[in-house]
Amino acid sequence: MPRKTDTSDLIRRVRRGEHAAAARALSLVVDEDESAEALARDFFKSAGCAQKIGVCGPPGAGKSTLIGRLIGRYRERELKVGVLAVDPSSSVSGGAFLGDRLRIMEHATDPGVFIRSLASRGMIGGLTHTIFGAIHVLEALGCGKILIETVGTGQDEVDVASVADTVLYVTTPSLGDEIQAMKAGAMEIGDIFVVNKADLSGKDKAVADLKGALGLGHAAGQAPRAWEPPVIAAAALAGEGVEPLAEHLDAHWKHLQESGEGRERLKRQHATELRFWIQRRVVKDALGRITQKSLEELLSRRTDPASLGRRLLRR
Amino acid sequence: MTAKPLRVLIAKPGLDGHDRGAKVIVRALRDAGFEVIYTGIRQTPEMIAAAALQEGVAAVGLSLLSGAHMTLFPEVVKRLRKSGLKDVLVFGGGIIPDEDAPKLKKAGVDRVFGPGTPLQAIVDYLREKLRVAA
Repeated sequence: MPRKTDTSDLIRRVRRGEHAAAARALSLVVDEDESAEALARDFFKSAGCAQKIGVCGPPGAGKSTLIGRLIGRYRERELKVGVLAVDPSSSVSGGAFLGDRLRIMEHATDPGVFIRSLASRGMIGGLTHTIFGAIHVLEALGCGKILIETVGTGQDEVDVASVADTVLYVTTPSLGDEIQAMKAGAMEIGDIFVVNKADLSGKDKAVADLKGALGLGHAAGQAPRAWEPPVIAAAALAGEGVEPLAEHLDAHWKHLQESGEGRERLKRQHATELRFWIQRRVVKDALGRITQKSLEELLSRRTDPASLGRRLLRR
Repeated sequence: MTAKPLRVLIAKPGLDGHDRGAKVIVRALRDAGFEVIYTGIRQTPEMIAAAALQEGVAAVGLSLLSGAHMTLFPEVVKRLRKSGLKDVLVFGGGIIPDEDAPKLKKAGVDRVFGPGTPLQAIVDYLREKLRVAA
């Protein structure tokens, strides 16, 4: 809907807390509209004011339900909450079924909650290219907590660590033994671990396995870290374990601010945002210069992909 | 650059829990390249309007099989317009008698699709309506 956008008016309205304006700004940002940069310039001023909580873990672990319960906690404290829920785009059709919102509908009409579903639009790693722009909109809207739900892929969601301040890893009792928990990937980046569906059998073993795997670093002689990731058992559907989880999340936020680690993470986030921007810009520009003629050159072996690629990048 | 995907909200207002039809539509639209958000069953018009607003959708599809469409569909339209969503296309489906369609149209439900509608017809309808609007 390329209506001409009055960016300064839109910015004012977002900063006043208007949901309609935030929704419009989000559309411009995720569609990479030409006005998005003007918005981003302003919204970036608010970057870092909210605790960004990245929620990752395998599909079906209960991430959305847990987010719904956390929102409830935060709303009791009258915090404004933003949610960005990412689900995969089809590589075949480009379409997507964004199903996370369904589990959070209990907060649909709460004016202190803003939820937006995002499609990954071709990006792997559980997130989407425009995630930072979307985050900045919610920061400008005045959200104090921003929950980012990644595509539930489980083992390899490392990107979320360069987007979020606090990484919450959600698993369930039935999802593997301590060998799974020892693997590299998402297990390395979790700041807080939740064994959800703790009403199922095997909860104690799952918690012990996770703690055991996290403690192996000590056994291997590593120095204790300033923040040792806690492991919490929860049953999100029944609301159990949500209170302790909220407390650990607050404690981690406090730790980030007091230790200087928060500043380091923010710097890393900005570096990633910058990298995304450059990649998008360079890739889009270079791809746009591919012509039928250049493809014919490849077919006739007059050039090769690397040489052609260099030429396209230079121009 | 490729066109950005169109976003559509599929919602079930009211009390009936029969959502196979809604899910089939969700699937068909996903496979046709739409980004589809589904609210789940038993939603109030207020919830649907808030979801449509926050999600920035171009269209809202309502599915209802309980017979309350003459009350709930117009109410959803009213809520959408009240939240400032003047251009969002509203269409519907389910068990809806033919004679109700013109009345619903007057109330802002652009089109009603009955059982047996080929999925491609709905996809084509949305593409045409939304591309023209864009």
